[in-house]
Amino acid sequence: MSDSTDAPVLRTRGLCLEYGKGAGLVRAVDDVDLRVATGETVAVMGPSGCGKSTLLHLLGGLDKPSHGEVWLAGSRLDQMTEKGLARLRRTAIGFVFQAFHLMDELTATENVELPALLAGRSPRAARERAAELLEQVGLTDRAAHLPSALSGGQRQRVAIARALSNDPLVVLADEPTGNLDSEATLDVLRLFEALHAAGQTLVIVTHDARIAATADRLISMRDGAFVDETRLTGGATGRLADLAGFAGLDG
Amino acid sequence: MGPILLVWRLVRADLRRRRSEAALLLLAITAATTTLTLGLVLHGVTADPYQQTRAATAGPDVAATASSPLNGPVSPADRAALNALARAPGVIAHSGPYPLTWAALGARGLKAGAEVMGRDQTPASVDQPKLTQGSWIRPGSAVLEASFAQALGIHTGDSITLNGRSFPVVGVAVTAAIPPYPQVCTVGCDLELPQLSPSNTGLIWLTQADASSLATDRERLEYVVNLKLANPARADAVAQAFGSNSHTLTANSWQYISQQDANLVAAEQQALLAGSWLLGVLAIASIAVLVGGRMSDQIRRVGLLKAVGGTPGLVAAVLLAEYMFLALLAAVAGLLIGRLTAPLLTNPGSGLLGNASSPTLTATTVAIVVAVALTVAVAATFIPAIRAAHISTVRALADSTHPPRRTAWLIAMSARLPVPLLLGLRIAARRPRRLVLSAVSVAITVSGVVAVLTVNARNAQHFGSSSGLNNPWTNQIDQLLLLITVMLILLAGVNAIFITWATVLDAKRSLALARALGATPQQISAGISAAQTLPALAGALLGIPTGIVLIAAVNHGATMTYPPLWPLIAVIPGTMLVIACLTALPARLAGRRPVAEILQSELV
Repeated sequence: MSDSTDAPVLRTRGLCLEYGKGAGLVRAVDDVDLRVATGETVAVMGPSGCGKSTLLHLLGGLDKPSHGEVWLAGSRLDQMTEKGLARLRRTAIGFVFQAFHLMDELTATENVELPALLAGRSPRAARERAAELLEQVGLTDRAAHLPSALSGGQRQRVAIARALSNDPLVVLADEPTGNLDSEATLDVLRLFEALHAAGQTLVIVTHDARIAATADRLISMRDGAFVDETRLTGGATGRLADLAGFAGLDG
Repeated sequence: MGPILLVWRLVRADLRRRRSEAALLLLAITAATTTLTLGLVLHGVTADPYQQTRAATAGPDVAATASSPLNGPVSPADRAALNALARAPGVIAHSGPYPLTWAALGARGLKAGAEVMGRDQTPASVDQPKLTQGSWIRPGSAVLEASFAQALGIHTGDSITLNGRSFPVVGVAVTAAIPPYPQVCTVGCDLELPQLSPSNTGLIWLTQADASSLATDRERLEYVVNLKLANPARADAVAQAFGSNSHTLTANSWQYISQQDANLVAAEQQALLAGSWLLGVLAIASIAVLVGGRMSDQIRRVGLLKAVGGTPGLVAAVLLAEYMFLALLAAVAGLLIGRLTAPLLTNPGSGLLGNASSPTLTATTVAIVVAVALTVAVAATFIPAIRAAHISTVRALADSTHPPRRTAWLIAMSARLPVPLLLGLRIAARRPRRLVLSAVSVAITVSGVVAVLTVNARNAQHFGSSSGLNNPWTNQIDQLLLLITVMLILLAGVNAIFITWATVLDAKRSLALARALGATPQQISAGISAAQTLPALAGALLGIPTGIVLIAAVNHGATMTYPPLWPLIAVIPGTMLVIACLTALPARLAGRRPVAEILQSELV
């Protein structure tokens, strides 16, 4: 369980992203206030097009808000240059995408070590860290395989390993099980549970109630705004997990 | 008729959709066809000016010379042989023997050499130089050959010195007996004075007394006689027979002199033909770059054609027809532009009268140019078209793009490099064919530049002089080579920009991902530039020896003159700098594309 009274590692205030003008104005994210404590897992759910993914991009500095503030570990992202954001993403943020977004021409190991190389680590250190992470996600025997030789679930596990390459403060996951079958979804679910148990801060955008059930907090989003927030007790062992048929998957 | 109409409609629609690419392709092939047309039509165009000059000056069929041996004057036997030739059977008229010597010339602060011929003040029946300025010689005055006067910047009324003695210039004239400056020594020079060299020596006429008075122990008097034959066609045989047993008796036929006059145009023709081949190969590279970038775009179109019953043959025809149509247009444009601009290169210079004959487009020339244009188009598109024609319909409709190539050792090596080079090497390695095209494009251009440097070095050695004379021969060649080089550089530059843009589009997902993982926009931009600069380095290294080999090939075994080392070395960093500058803007734009938008659009 996370200690939500700790200073938030990630917070937003009045966050807005608008497109168009006048009658054509669209608010993809509308006045969002969010606080995520260190070690907390927050799930964001909502219908398609409600702005969940856009929110995630704003939290990770992949997009610039129209108004409002985004703070990560004391640094204000919305006022940073592209260069500053890139440097922050190396060490503070890990991304997991619905489409995996692995480099097709790189092996699993080479994909996982890439953030470390971009952060300036030595090739040896990057390779060692990659091996360690692939072992953690159970893919040591697939380390030399290209993404085309991996199943969907395996690719997503490689993507998760990559996101952890530089020990980020926050992992932002956008529909991590959106393209996976049930079995692969369970594999990814177990990984997120393990990360949660290890104290990793996670913000997960998802349609999947099973994934949401692993969270400490569930935020519902509609038309770009937060409409509901529920504190989930016990994570995967809690009542919501029971309702989702998720009991017994702990450890 | 139906399939032909369908092919035409598809070609027209695609050309309308991609006007700028079509225009670039047209430009690339037209550059090659224009240069080729120029090279082919220049043959024989200077024959007219020589014949006009010969007719106007009663030019000789044979000009025979008795030279002085090393340690003495012309022997009586040689003088007798010259006189006997003037009265030989078949000779219907003659002028001379005239005294001939060599002198150091000074004019307007310039130093040069002069072939000084003594002539009568009264007109001669054979070889009477035609005045283009002023009047004919009188005692104490000089008349200059027209091309030489132009190089010195001398006009009627100016003064020159010969061996330190001053002579006013009273006239400027042309002759068909000796090739104009700077070709005077192609028919033989006997230069002993240190100031004299073949590159700075021109023809001057004085009275016989004045010319004889200039002879010295080092530059003794020689004698020349000009002959008219009953059968001018036998001039070559007569010239070869005269002096076949003596090194002090020589003769030149009108055919040989005419050939020397054509040397400038022949050199231009050589440069144009070599340049047209370089441009043709570069045009192939340009088309291959554009075709490669578009082929993935056209795969879906191929799938649709096949789904509605198109055979592989029809698919290939559609893909090939567009480029062949552009090639035909470029052939027509090249023929027209070449025909219209050829007269600019056929200026015979001030040493001959009249204008060159109008270049004509023969059926052979047209056929060659069209064939080359079509070959260029087919060479670049045939394999991609055949490959696309045989792709499965389902795969084509799924629009699955050609996956990037993996080169394990390059990926491993790049991990040890700074981030921009890591990204650059990995981007470049994704598409080896594009990498090769990029290197080849640069290699062709660099070989052209090196060829120009080599020609300049050769001209400087053979025709260059410290006298500062304006050499019309090298000037015209230099301008032509500069034009060809500029065309090569422009085309290669456009290729570089297009390759960069194709790379950016092809790698947009990977680049967006790299930014999401922490690469800065500057690192991305530098990586894209590096992906173009690295093959440019390979191209420059390949282009240097290729350029030298190219010149050696057109030299036909003659002694090679190599350019100085430092310009050759400077070509390498210069090329990389130019490529880096050309690709900077597309690279910078690519480094700042919105990451989220790209990653969202790539959802599987």
